[in-house]
Amino acid sequence: MNPSPEAAAKCEVSFTINGQPRRVLVHPMERLLDVLRNELALTGAKEGCGEGECGSCSVLLDGLLVNSCLVPVAQVSGANLLTIEGISGHVLMKPLQEAFLECGGAQCGICTPGMILAAVHLLERKPQPALTDIQEGLAGNLCRCTGYMQIFEAVTKAAGQRVSR
Amino acid sequence: MRADPAEYQLVSPGNLQAVLSVLASEPAQWLPIAGGTDVMVLYSAGKLPNRKLINIWNIPELRQIELFPDTIRIGAACTYTALRRHEIISREFPLLATAASWTGGIANQNRGTLGGNIANASPAADSLPALLVYDAELTLISVRGERRVPYREFHTGYKKMALASDELIRDISLQRRFSEYVSHARKVGARNAQAISKVCLAALGQVSNGMIQDVRLAVGSVAPVPLRLQETERLLTGRKIEPSLIAVARKSVAKEIQPIDDIRSAARYRTAVACNLVGDFLVKFAAEGAKS
Repeated sequence: MNPSPEAAAKCEVSFTINGQPRRVLVHPMERLLDVLRNELALTGAKEGCGEGECGSCSVLLDGLLVNSCLVPVAQVSGANLLTIEGISGHVLMKPLQEAFLECGGAQCGICTPGMILAAVHLLERKPQPALTDIQEGLAGNLCRCTGYMQIFEAVTKAAGQRVSR
Repeated sequence: MRADPAEYQLVSPGNLQAVLSVLASEPAQWLPIAGGTDVMVLYSAGKLPNRKLINIWNIPELRQIELFPDTIRIGAACTYTALRRHEIISREFPLLATAASWTGGIANQNRGTLGGNIANASPAADSLPALLVYDAELTLISVRGERRVPYREFHTGYKKMALASDELIRDISLQRRFSEYVSHARKVGARNAQAISKVCLAALGQVSNGMIQDVRLAVGSVAPVPLRLQETERLLTGRKIEPSLIAVARKSVAKEIQPIDDIRSAARYRTAVACNLVGDFLVKFAAEGAKS
């Protein structure tokens, strides 16, 4: 088989994702979002705007919230990635999930993985956030269903529950 | 049309000297990419002219914030998050920390860099007026050596810069002499996060016995480059702040700026807002002066 010019430009990139070491053969400028969805079948991160405005492709990269549509995959070589699929064991997941359910924080669900990851990122840094902290922490995540109030209530509730337990 | 990743190279030399060698090897061919918050947007839309990119996200020298008795030196690839979190920057350069908090949302602040904001050269960039009023100085580095450029001379026209094709912005240094100044930062946009400014202002001043000793005003989104309002500053310096002076300042602001109509706002609106923002600052400035 003749190697196509495309194949020649691919490179191996290794990282840890949701606790598992993975290695992918990709073009270095492929967007992390596409690698997650197409190579690794992790479709929790969604493509909304594709330009870093909507947050539906949010993942945690070495613990930091990022838009995976703006990260070329070569830049995650050696990194530790956490996506919504890997968050179930996180100490914040149960209270957040319950609060989102109770408060109506999820409707169509497109923004929800990003909202949850942004909320985790916030609560890890500010376990007792004020409403303004929540508004700021989630400002990069757009929701076209809820009008945001239910989401802010859910995060407030999750933060409160966490302390009481 | 979406970009085809197979058509793009991205190399990661991993250290500064190697990056500079690549930049010098084929002038104007290699585009540095740090957090990608600007570059990847163009790339995804198929609008990135460069086919060769060089990763500077993982270069430790560019991520440092170094503190000296008289200056602070901020590595060009320091993120907005790093700026916001830094105690000295928050305390002594609040205009920069505030502008960092306006930029994008948290995810973009975790990736976007100060050097990237400068090199992207948008006249609407939130952090650039702050760098103007703090008299920032840039260190540009290439295989040929280093040179220092006052930031106010860096942008030479719309998206034009005093940066050679083999050069990289290494750091941004600020003199630590503004902590006693009154500072004022305002952004007017459709929303705080994720919205590019219609107008933004960074203002800094010192007043004693009711007289303006020093005043520095810089505005974004009102000219082809982030603009220092030098003529207005000159009119204000040495004067007592009173309503008649504020009226003069507002007229001068309107004369100095060159706003345009675009997708985010209209020139007339931008002029009115820029004048109001400077007027608001002077009122606050007068109140601070009355206290001192």
